[in-house]
Amino acid sequence: MAALAKAPLVLLEECLKTLGPLPDYQLLRPSETGLAMVRGRSEGTGDPFNLGEMTLTRCVVQIVQPDHPAIAGFGYVAGRSHRHAELAALCDALLQHDDWAEGVHAQVLAPLQAAAQAQQAAAAAQTEATRVNFFTLKRGES
Amino acid sequence: MAYVAVKGGEQAIRNAEALLAARRRGDPDVPELSLEQIKQQLQLAVNRVMAEGSLYDPDLAALAIKQSWGDLVEAAFLLRAYRTTLPRLYYSQPLDTGKMVVQRRISAIFKDTPGGQKLGPTFDYVHRLLDFKLAAEDNQFVAPSQATEAAIAPTPRALDTLAREDLITMPAPPQATEDGAVPAYGAVPAKNETPPPYDLTRQPLDTPLARDARLQNLARADEGFLLSMAYSTQRGYGTNHPFAGDVRMGAVEVVICPEELGFAVAIADITVTEVQMVNQFKGNQETPPQFTQGYGLTFGYNERKAMAMALMDRALQAKALGETVSNPAQDEEFVLYHSDNVEAQGFVQHLKLPHYIDFQAELNLVRQLRQTAPSSPPAPPTAASPPLTSPAVAASPAAVPATLGPAEATGACES
Repeated sequence: MAALAKAPLVLLEECLKTLGPLPDYQLLRPSETGLAMVRGRSEGTGDPFNLGEMTLTRCVVQIVQPDHPAIAGFGYVAGRSHRHAELAALCDALLQHDDWAEGVHAQVLAPLQAAAQAQQAAAAAQTEATRVNFFTLKRGES
Repeated sequence: MAYVAVKGGEQAIRNAEALLAARRRGDPDVPELSLEQIKQQLQLAVNRVMAEGSLYDPDLAALAIKQSWGDLVEAAFLLRAYRTTLPRLYYSQPLDTGKMVVQRRISAIFKDTPGGQKLGPTFDYVHRLLDFKLAAEDNQFVAPSQATEAAIAPTPRALDTLAREDLITMPAPPQATEDGAVPAYGAVPAKNETPPPYDLTRQPLDTPLARDARLQNLARADEGFLLSMAYSTQRGYGTNHPFAGDVRMGAVEVVICPEELGFAVAIADITVTEVQMVNQFKGNQETPPQFTQGYGLTFGYNERKAMAMALMDRALQAKALGETVSNPAQDEEFVLYHSDNVEAQGFVQHLKLPHYIDFQAELNLVRQLRQTAPSSPPAPPTAASPPLTSPAVAASPAAVPATLGPAEATGACES
């Protein structure tokens, strides 16, 4: 679910297209935008405090097929994109569906994770290039 | 002071708003700014607006900056107003900044701190000379890059070294509760459970406050105010001698635990800046000499603000550490009540609104007072006439008796 939430919407849409026609689904709870209060900890490890809020959109979809039990999928994404939350919920539902799980893993999750990793590695390499080794100079008095 | 409403002026107000929109757009021959441009190329402005607007949403912050004509305090106000239109659905689990994927990390106390020092994108060490090449367009810049073999691993905290020697108190790492969740505001804490952290968006700012409320207040405080207050502590109004123990900026995961789901789920990686300042502390009867710390955490890359926040967090711990509270920066009431720029700008700027009736009352009062005592020297301030105690009125030439010569009159103006 984290990979679906963190993925750029454009990429998620592209990956989903490769799956071909998707099963019908209904919105059990249509996309809704609200807030999450983000908390931090004093000193990073101490008592929690409220840092500030962030926007978040959630959605619940349901796949109902005659020969299958109903499957509910949940989507939670940062920001205000209703479409993103809906697609994340749909993927979550498909991942619980025997006929779809494998395809979604291979054609959606894997490329999304690969893209995220590539981006993280590139950013890490840029940060690494700024690694500094300070040295202190001996002063003349001794 | 009561504010008496006025009526009228609808057309002028509408036109002023339309004029603002047109002026904000500027010359129509110049391409319009896109939100994506603001988000990408004015990222630090976006970060500041998110921190002071207390709402993490780069798209909305960019929109607010565009709408406010680049006025960042106004933009923060817009975000604060917008957030009130949304329901609060969740409380995140406290951010685990120890697992931050750092884009910048420096320590000014240990040269060879575990995890290393990475400057990242910074203005430090850069000459503050105007770069006229930037004035030309179509600039291409390539980020230097150095592939690293090592897997991306969490960066240990520089202060842990001091903690191992027992020279600083570090709170114990969070204990994983059953679902890792911290109770929401309003939730009744179960037995042995700590109450939820103070929430200034739902609870009044009522001093004295605990550290959780102070940190929330500082995290959304005006950067300029915090910076100046922090500066005052360094200059001697707060006996702070700080070291930047750990300064880091990077991405941390936001995790929520929706009730309907029953397990924790990450929804995003957000950029935050975290600062741990180390201060010397003499100790007292119960505590041996050791270091204390101030903590700063902000949304986005907001290093100056996070550093100022850490200094102020430490200054405000004066009372708890048994230090003498003798300076403005250590005065919780003074700092916390004046740190919020949305409140401050509102009260200062409301003075622009029509005060015709209020002023008429004051004018009448002053005229009346002069009539009742036409030849006596200026009356000493009395409780019955508080407006006269204000320096502006007392020092105005009109209030100087005619018997005084020009020299004395000038002196009265300057006093």
